Amino acid sequence: MNRKLKKLLGRLAFYLFLAVIVVYTVFPFYWAIISSLKSGSDLFKVEFWPSHPAWDNYFAVFREQPFGRNILNSIFVAVSTVVLSLALAVAAAYALGRIQFRGRTVLLILVLGVSMFPQIAVLSGMFELIRSLGLYNNLLSLTLSYMIFTLPFTVWVLTTFMRELPKELEEAAIVDGAKPYTIVTKVFMPLMGPALATTGLLAFIAAWNEFLFALTFTLSSEQRTVPVAIALISGASSYELPWGNIMAASVIVTVPLIVLVLIFQRRIVSGLTAGAVKG
Amino acid sequence: MTTTGAVAAKEVVAPLPEKASRLTRERVRSAWLFMTPMLVVLALVAGWPLARTIWFGLTDANLSDLEAAKFIGFVNYYYLLQDPDWWNAVWNTVVFAAVSVTTETVLGMAIALALNAHFGGRGLLRAAVLIPWAIPTVVSAQMWGWMFHDVFGVINAVLKMMGVIDKGIAWTASPSTALLAVIIVDVWKTTPFMALLLLAGLQMLPQECYESARVDGVHPVRVFFKITLPLLKPALMVAIIFRVLDALRIFDLIYVMSGNNKDTMSMSVYARQQLVDFQDVGYGSAAATMLFLIIALFTIGYLTLARVGRED
Repeated sequence: MNRKLKKLLGRLAFYLFLAVIVVYTVFPFYWAIISSLKSGSDLFKVEFWPSHPAWDNYFAVFREQPFGRNILNSIFVAVSTVVLSLALAVAAAYALGRIQFRGRTVLLILVLGVSMFPQIAVLSGMFELIRSLGLYNNLLSLTLSYMIFTLPFTVWVLTTFMRELPKELEEAAIVDGAKPYTIVTKVFMPLMGPALATTGLLAFIAAWNEFLFALTFTLSSEQRTVPVAIALISGASSYELPWGNIMAASVIVTVPLIVLVLIFQRRIVSGLTAGAVKG
Repeated sequence: MTTTGAVAAKEVVAPLPEKASRLTRERVRSAWLFMTPMLVVLALVAGWPLARTIWFGLTDANLSDLEAAKFIGFVNYYYLLQDPDWWNAVWNTVVFAAVSVTTETVLGMAIALALNAHFGGRGLLRAAVLIPWAIPTVVSAQMWGWMFHDVFGVINAVLKMMGVIDKGIAWTASPSTALLAVIIVDVWKTTPFMALLLLAGLQMLPQECYESARVDGVHPVRVFFKITLPLLKPALMVAIIFRVLDALRIFDLIYVMSGNNKDTMSMSVYARQQLVDFQDVGYGSAAATMLFLIIALFTIGYLTLARVGRED
């Protein structure tokens, strides 16, 4: 009896712990959604369920700043970053993963080393580069500068993936006299769907969330990406921040990300661990 | 770019040696061809800007006219090392990194162990854990900023309801709690990453040790410290270094939550304030270079220690 009770209590404690984890991870976002649906003075009452839900804040976000434009900017930057880094990384991963040559390990370590660069350490040099290319206050400056953090992990993850594909695939193509370009596009690319989806999604999220470069290399509110726009939403004074608008904007840009992450959660976990554990 | 085929020849299985070496040479040539675009872009966006930043750190460059920069030697570093604000930023960053990474590791381990157990709705819980990771840092900062609000924040309201405090705390504004508030948000945001990395490590552990431990009736806590932890050490070391490097260069969370406030200012925030707000590119670049050096030294030291540890 006593033992049974102990086991039951242990079980109960375990589920209690699980419940605490869920509340801890989910509550802040839940609270943002609830706050975004409160208008006027409701916002300043602590209610765990909005008594008069209203969409006012959502309309206000788009009315008071070019938020639609900011979203389009973020989509453009994130998509172009993904396309460019995958194109560069697939080619490089073929060389690094399938061909033995001297200096390969050194190159891989160098690429990994770049992922440890603090962004601030390249900020002034990057600023000068972007200005001399005429890209200041242009979204292309972000696509280009984001390569510093998307390339290292796309190259690493894709190299690991390519290395593990069976040798026979390529040998048959070589015997048939296929050139490396054909081998990459016709033999490997069809097999790389899952790896490309994972790394592409991780690169998309990284580009979507980036703040320091976006804050420094854009000037006008029409060129801002979503994180900068949300960080710079301001009211009449610093004490009167329009919290309802900020929460509405936060929910708008986060919901698609959460949906993506939940759909691809298995892939993301394996992508993150492939980058970290095998690296 | 000619590389001898001696090392590479092993990989190709063509029957004739001459043909094999020709093929190998061709393959090595195409390897370099395929890598060149990636290497050029990396050199352009990483190597060159880093070199320029290091150079600017030795000049009196100003943001309004970078071309007029003159070499002044180590003067920027001389002033930097005497600036109490810089040392304050170093201290804040170190405290932030140490406290948040330690907490994340312990919490992440607890969550990973829970997720590794078998129970109904495990997939749902794993999905819930991923949510903070998916939320952009700027959004997390704003969300928590609102929850931490001194008058209308839900955290103060709940604490008052529970009778812990009777007057609202100005979490992000008061010097004694500002850094703590930032750490709380960082822990919330990055514990999932830690938990999932550790979970992946846990799932790769051999099951035999656990079976025999269970047969012998070893206490679960002892099993954790004697079997799980030593086996998990490699995964744990990798996860920790990733997180420490991230924490040492922290910028967005701190900047959005408390701007250029001295109580929370990290090294990155300090450097950017000098670079952009004060337009002092020379001095700011020196600070940025210092951060780069600190991170590089830390990485090398950590890797050396890890290697020594493995050889023992």
